[in-house]
Amino acid sequence: MQKQRKWDAKKIISTIILFFCSIAFLLPFIWMLSTSLKIEADVFKYPIEWIPSRWNAASNYQEVWFGDHPFYLYYWNSIKVAVCTTLISVVVSSLAAYGFSKVRFPAGAWLFIIVLATYMVPPQASLVPQFILYRYLGLFDTHIGLILLGSFSVLGTFMLRQFFIGIHNDFIDAAKIDGAGHWRIFWRIALPIVRPAVATYAILRFIWTWNDYQNPLIFLRTDALYTIQLAMQKFTTINGSFYTLIMAAAVSAILPLLIVFILGQKHVIDGIALGGVKG
Amino acid sequence: MASNSVSTTEELHQSKKTKKSKIEKSENLVGLLFVSPMLLGISVIVLFPIVATFILAFADWKFVTGIDQLQWIGFDNFVALASDEKFIKSVINNAIFIFTVPITMMCALFLAIIIDKNVYLKSYFKVAFFMPYISSVVAIAVVWQVLFHPSQGPINQVLMTLGIENPPTWISDPNFALISLMIIHIWISIGFSLIVYIAGLQSIPKELYEAADIDGANSWYKFRNITFPLISPTSFFLLITGIIASFKVFDLIAVLTEGGPLNSTTMLVWHLYERAFLDLDVGYASAIAVVLFLFVFSITIIQWIGQKKWVNY
Repeated sequence: MQKQRKWDAKKIISTIILFFCSIAFLLPFIWMLSTSLKIEADVFKYPIEWIPSRWNAASNYQEVWFGDHPFYLYYWNSIKVAVCTTLISVVVSSLAAYGFSKVRFPAGAWLFIIVLATYMVPPQASLVPQFILYRYLGLFDTHIGLILLGSFSVLGTFMLRQFFIGIHNDFIDAAKIDGAGHWRIFWRIALPIVRPAVATYAILRFIWTWNDYQNPLIFLRTDALYTIQLAMQKFTTINGSFYTLIMAAAVSAILPLLIVFILGQKHVIDGIALGGVKG
Repeated sequence: MASNSVSTTEELHQSKKTKKSKIEKSENLVGLLFVSPMLLGISVIVLFPIVATFILAFADWKFVTGIDQLQWIGFDNFVALASDEKFIKSVINNAIFIFTVPITMMCALFLAIIIDKNVYLKSYFKVAFFMPYISSVVAIAVVWQVLFHPSQGPINQVLMTLGIENPPTWISDPNFALISLMIIHIWISIGFSLIVYIAGLQSIPKELYEAADIDGANSWYKFRNITFPLISPTSFFLLITGIIASFKVFDLIAVLTEGGPLNSTTMLVWHLYERAFLDLDVGYASAIAVVLFLFVFSITIIQWIGQKKWVNY
């Protein structure tokens, strides 16, 4: 059975064909990147100049980052919101996941069903009362409010709970006999074991928060608090037909995420695959 | 599970009743402490608001006027919905948009089969097709807006060189706007389905294909009789999550069309947003939210029933 690995001609051909398909699939990204490097007059030149003949990258990106609507400010806002949301969400979800899987208490089963049931609620269905509540509590138009909105994730709790269940109860019982309480078991034994799952969830949560447009749109008003997605939309409205600038902004909005994704690629893809196959 | 193990402990330790109840009490407290941040959070951010939505759907209230102006009007909001053209258009558009789901799934399954078995550079392809899914919808929408530019956009320039004299004006043409959004949505979602399908394919036992090879089966036969039936639980999962996700599409509409031209791209979530946050009509928007909730809720119920019936192994 085990033959030396040989190059398979059929496989090479389908790789080449699929490679061209993937390039076609990614053309919008390539177009975005190449346009962000051009001068305005060359944007709609036809046939399309994939490699710009006249470069204007420095001034385009300078205008986006340090112009009238400086992206560094919105970047900072987005980083703040995404990092805080991810941290709080990971802590809250893993605590709840441990409680729902490894602490045997009668109310747990019921409470878990309630938590799961809220997952069926489409987020937009509770938007209006959320908005009214936020006005009332003074959380409207604050970063704290926005962070709290993303911090209580049923999906995260469910996902991490699946992994905690996988830890053998003997581990926990042995620690208990040694006199460790649940708090110590959680920090010292359970959490380190499920660390890859926590990493997967953290990356996904970061990406989702970074990309979120709807919540910032509804819950933020002050320009200085805008996240990168809101800024992107505002920038597009203001700069109307300066397509090079808009594309430079789009590249800037996508790039950090792409880096996070490529660094954590395996985690993200495995996490999604796992969630999908288990249902 | 939890209640079971508690009852066995009970039988075993009946004699040490006092000690047992003390331990159980502390387990209860510890358990509650662990889950309380989550419970508190979703109570305030999800549970309370969704209950409020159901109550406010029976009210006539403009948010700016203060709570004393609130009037209870029974089912009037829902009656009004039935004759609201924009609402009906939204429901129809949501229904049409569901077609993106099977199309996405077919493309993804096709790609998944090729990537799973027949190519080198597997992880490159996974990342490449997954890129639109992780990119910000706002940035993507803006790029497509320019690509779809009616006269000078690259897409129409290519179509014109191919000899099509009057290519559609895409997002500014009422007949093509929804289709344009659907194309972008499919492009975004393929990566997700692809990853899930590849994982699903890898869980199919290889022996089945080897046995079919020995019988001299061709690829189509293997697809029809092995791959397709054995991947059906994954397909079912993707179908349901895809339909639910199609009800939540908001960013694309908000950035590209704002429901226009001529309401051709309005959908439930967008209509809700307009009524709630542009017209500040809390009662009416809540009624739309209730309808949205009921749609998603019934799809979830179908999933629960279907999952039991449609598992092929």
